[in-house]
Amino acid sequence: MRAKKLNRGVALVGAGMSRFGAFPADTTRDLFVQAFREMRASVDKGLDPRGIEAIYIGNYSSDLFEGQGHTAPLMADWIGLASRPATRVEDACASSGVALRQGILAIASGLYDMVLVGGIEKMTNLPTERVTDTLATAGDVLYEIPAGFTFPGFYAAIATAYMARYGASPESFMKVGLKNHENGALNPKAQFGATIRTMMDRRIASAKAKGRPMPTWEDEMAFLHDDNANPVIAWPMRLFDCSPISDGAAAALLVAEDLADSFSDVPIHIIGSGQASDCALHDRPDLTTIASARLAGEQAYQMAGVRPADIKIAEVHDCFTIAEIVATEDLGFFAPGEGWKAAEEGVTGRGGRRPINSSGGLKSKGHPVGASGIGQVVEIWHQMRGEAGERQLPNSVDLALTHNVGGTGQTCAVHIYERRR
Amino acid sequence: MELTRHWRLHNQRYSLVGEQCDRCGARLFPPRDVCPECAEPAQELFTFSGRGQVYSYSTVYSAPEGYQEYAPYSVALVQLEEGPMVTAQLTDLGDDKPEIGMPVEMVTRRLRADGDQGVIVYGYKFRKHVKDII
Ligand SMILES: [Zn+2]
Repeated sequence: MRAKKLNRGVALVGAGMSRFGAFPADTTRDLFVQAFREMRASVDKGLDPRGIEAIYIGNYSSDLFEGQGHTAPLMADWIGLASRPATRVEDACASSGVALRQGILAIASGLYDMVLVGGIEKMTNLPTERVTDTLATAGDVLYEIPAGFTFPGFYAAIATAYMARYGASPESFMKVGLKNHENGALNPKAQFGATIRTMMDRRIASAKAKGRPMPTWEDEMAFLHDDNANPVIAWPMRLFDCSPISDGAAAALLVAEDLADSFSDVPIHIIGSGQASDCALHDRPDLTTIASARLAGEQAYQMAGVRPADIKIAEVHDCFTIAEIVATEDLGFFAPGEGWKAAEEGVTGRGGRRPINSSGGLKSKGHPVGASGIGQVVEIWHQMRGEAGERQLPNSVDLALTHNVGGTGQTCAVHIYERRR
Repeated sequence: MELTRHWRLHNQRYSLVGEQCDRCGARLFPPRDVCPECAEPAQELFTFSGRGQVYSYSTVYSAPEGYQEYAPYSVALVQLEEGPMVTAQLTDLGDDKPEIGMPVEMVTRRLRADGDQGVIVYGYKFRKHVKDII
């Protein structure tokens, strides 16, 4: 089969996001406008928004979360571009990773020179049980959900199979959460801008202030093993293994490569794009890997002409801690069965050999599902341009990757980015 | 579609009725009329024995609406002895903990509490298989 190539190059020249978190006063429109404004301000040489020719918006389920369908034209209208072709892209939690790919394809085809891609989700209007039900519709509602499975349950079943095959333990997963909270504490956009240690100290202080018995956790691991502080949601996944329920939006501006210099001093070239799908969990031959991620990764590496070892930094889809470990194996950073060891040994920390989720990941930054894919792009944009502040990686980031999963891997989109100066 | 087939397909969640591929003989569940192995038609009905083993599992503490009365409960991917895997709840476990490889058999149980329409939904669950006494 011939190698897949884009017909012309595509560059990222701006990216921005709202804060991720719970914002009762804001609708998706407000959040999207915030993301768009920040994106616009990030374009080095300025942006006249009227040059934007088309818009792709990732959004999982505003219909169920907010009672509002048909969201893409609304977002276009709210940023003053009501007439532009605006298309909503839905692939569960991979919605905006796939919207990004649609924007890339639209420019590569030659049809458009400038495309806005974004993601939105407003989840906190609903009580937790209804959020759970809404997320469950990304699974198979005829053959998976009636058993009483939940999304934490699916990833927990992946974790159970992974532990049995490779000898990982719940502590391996906890180490991922600890690391991502450490990174998120340095991210002003993160929902949990705090380390696990800080959250423990807050609870101790609060107990003291209220005259309640003070918790006596020896260290972070003791806190994470405490069934009250960190309840089991679906064994072996506990609360601190799960990404939160979030509101948020993100936006990025794509242009044809030959126009990049007229917008940006440091454009980021998108040199690889891959996307694949898969069946429901029960029809897969192996639960310890996500086949769509392996396929999407292979496509992206092949298009980019790079190998996993070349990638300096990756934002991967850690909707659950086990998902980050599996992702780092699926993307070829570690051999099958080695990802949990890398997580335990600190290899994936910001100072490690293979930094993963410097933003805090979905775990700490937040997971407004339809916005998460472009949210990853925002982190890559900052890290590659040396603008990530306190969490900036020590080494030059000239090659980066994003990995965005929908459902339990029924969809995966992988992208590879290059800085050339 | 003739009446019997229609009725049985709509009741396969009750009785684990799947299909068999006309060409490669693969047995499939859920039934979808197209073989996932070779993409050829698969329309011959096939009733699974209901015996299998636990491939992986979780125990759900934070349950969705309609399932809270059962929580905590264990859910599993059960590999049927004929090949396909099904997603199901484990039941009648007593003090036993689920395990990978645990032999299980299908039983019919109420799946969830009354829905909005007051419909009680029944379907398959799996319990630990007790070896037949010879
Ligand atoms: Zn076949």
